[in-house]
Amino acid sequence: MIRPQNTYDRESESRGLSPLFDENLPTRHKISTVWRFIFRLSTIIAVIFLALLLYNITNQAFGYVAIENRVDPASLAVNEIPIEEMEKDVLIALLRENISSGLMRQLEREKPLSEHTRDEVYALVIEKVVRPEAVRTWLLTESLFQRNEIRAQMAQEYPQAELTFKSWLSPQFLKVPQSSEALHAGIRTAILGSLWTVGITILVAFPLGVGAAIYLEEYAGNSWTNRVIQTNINNLAGVPSIIYGMLGLAIFVRSLETFTSGAALGFSDPTTANGRTILSAGLTLTLLVLPLIIINSQEAIRAVPGSLRQASYGVGATRWQTVWHHVLPSALPGILTGTILSISRAIGETAPLVVVGAATFIAFDPDSPFSKFTTLPIQIYQWTSRPQAEFRNLAAAAILALLVLLLSMNAIAILLRNRFHRQGGN
Amino acid sequence: MENQADRMLRANQKVTETAGISLKKRVRPGEFIIQGFLFFAGAFSILTTLGILYALGKEAMLFFSSPEVNLVEFFTGTRWQPQALQFGILPLAIATLITTLIAMLVAIPLGLFVAIYLSEFASPGLRNLLKPVLEVLAGIPTVVYGYFALTFMTPLLRSVFGRDVVDIYNTASAGLVMGILILPLITSMAEDALSAVPRSLREAAYSLGATRLETAIQVVMPAAISGLAAAFIIGISRAVGETMIVAIAAGAGPNLTLNPFKGAETMTGHIVRISGGDLSYDSIDYNSVFAIGLMLFFLTFTLNIISRAFVQRFREVYE
Repeated sequence: MIRPQNTYDRESESRGLSPLFDENLPTRHKISTVWRFIFRLSTIIAVIFLALLLYNITNQAFGYVAIENRVDPASLAVNEIPIEEMEKDVLIALLRENISSGLMRQLEREKPLSEHTRDEVYALVIEKVVRPEAVRTWLLTESLFQRNEIRAQMAQEYPQAELTFKSWLSPQFLKVPQSSEALHAGIRTAILGSLWTVGITILVAFPLGVGAAIYLEEYAGNSWTNRVIQTNINNLAGVPSIIYGMLGLAIFVRSLETFTSGAALGFSDPTTANGRTILSAGLTLTLLVLPLIIINSQEAIRAVPGSLRQASYGVGATRWQTVWHHVLPSALPGILTGTILSISRAIGETAPLVVVGAATFIAFDPDSPFSKFTTLPIQIYQWTSRPQAEFRNLAAAAILALLVLLLSMNAIAILLRNRFHRQGGN
Repeated sequence: MENQADRMLRANQKVTETAGISLKKRVRPGEFIIQGFLFFAGAFSILTTLGILYALGKEAMLFFSSPEVNLVEFFTGTRWQPQALQFGILPLAIATLITTLIAMLVAIPLGLFVAIYLSEFASPGLRNLLKPVLEVLAGIPTVVYGYFALTFMTPLLRSVFGRDVVDIYNTASAGLVMGILILPLITSMAEDALSAVPRSLREAAYSLGATRLETAIQVVMPAAISGLAAAFIIGISRAVGETMIVAIAAGAGPNLTLNPFKGAETMTGHIVRISGGDLSYDSIDYNSVFAIGLMLFFLTFTLNIISRAFVQRFREVYE
């Protein structure tokens, strides 16, 4: 570090700098490099977390499963005909013989057995009589790289069981309803529940949210009331979602029970009479996403150039005509982008719906706004909370389904936004 | 001037009379109704706030006025056991404090560093690549993070610190994952604050011979400090109100402990567990949940207001 004094002086003098400047420079550069490295590392860590999250879920959603039949299918053979080759009538008789009459009645009530196809009855026999059970599951990485160890372990610990590679996320998984048997459980009810709730949310929140945004941007002056409304909306956007759940529980589930349970409209389904319905859930999510939709729509409306409004007023249009024919069409892509992002937030919400009272177990499709409900995130939460490993696998598969849904919604929103930007540039 | 206006008006009248149209303001009942709806939509948010205050306040009042509950005991009691009629919020509040603290230890430095990197160091191409990644991270539902905490972070902690030290349900795992959840929020707010600092400030620093780092730390950051503070406070508010991660990974059951490797239930976690079960209305359990909710609402509300005040100050400087 110590350099001859004379070179130092000459160099610095010629550049008009103090000797200290040059002396410090290498250290300063070194510090700069170190911190730059730290900043970059932090960014890499953030990206690694995302990768780990996706890796962890994929790892759980696929892999080997050891399946053990509680009843040996070979023992069910009648007259030497194995169950795979039996006719529908024989299968029904077999079913009747082997399950309790209560369960039989329940099955008949859902859909008379005679109306099922042969394959459906066969699936029922497997599910209710043979009752295969996942005794052990492995992660995807284990399944790929430790195949021999898994086989050895299988032979030793579960000699009866059969080893199959299972993708927990499958078309079957999307199509069948919830079940207490992990191997037969699906997310059909949860997906339908999510669609119903979000449908109600969109129907109510979109007009209200855009209306409020139009009011605040185009009609409201800078009066005291309007400033209060604006501040209030900004504050509501920061209220934790669980508080909205409690609001929904107190207002929609309890106070407005006669409406949300459908009793006021003559729906007298005893199972749903307590107001913990799709309608209550949808309205709760509406309150939750309204501030977000309003704020996003306001931004989109604000971005419409004032000249457009002036021109419209100039040819004699009223304020509403200006808004409807000129401001809204040009703000629409922005409004839609904001709405889609807010709605995808609603699809992923769990806590408020648990509080509002999502059903812990329903295996039938919701068919009206007054049905009991469960949604995809709720289903994930319930499966995650169970101690058995195979339900973790199910939860991972449901998470993949949810993420695919949300990512495609976000992709649509981004596409719309890009279109919007291009129009804005012209 | 007036003369000219009069003349124009008269000319106008002549034109309209000859064309047979009237420029008089027409009554438009349709527009009046629409305007009414728009005002209602705007004012609806006020109803929501009043609804929150009413719903939480009513049940909380029932709770506080019941003979079993003592206000002093509520804030200082160290046991929360509704069955034994012991209502001390400290175990829940301290668990919330621990998870929030851990989350902030992860999210504030990482979030700030990523924001500085994106706004001061990264090339525009890299920034355009990284920002969507962070947006994806921000768009993942919290229940997924809860799953991640339970199936990845907890086993990781247990293998690092030993199975007898770390419980299956613990606040450390929930807090760490919550930090990852809040990171993109802090990054995006902090980056907005940093990029709003005028270029001239940076150029002045460079011309004085400052390095990039010195400019970022000693010039840009102080200039954006209120925006950064707002980001941190919003992050804290988000951590306090975060529910699913703690409900899944932090443990079920109020437990007064300062050890982050033990299970403990936060305020939000308790609300979800109690109201998720079959709860009979008008029981003291039901009311107590609303009392906790009211605390939570005021806490996050205050934090949000403070954050907004910081943002306002920041705007006044640069806009």
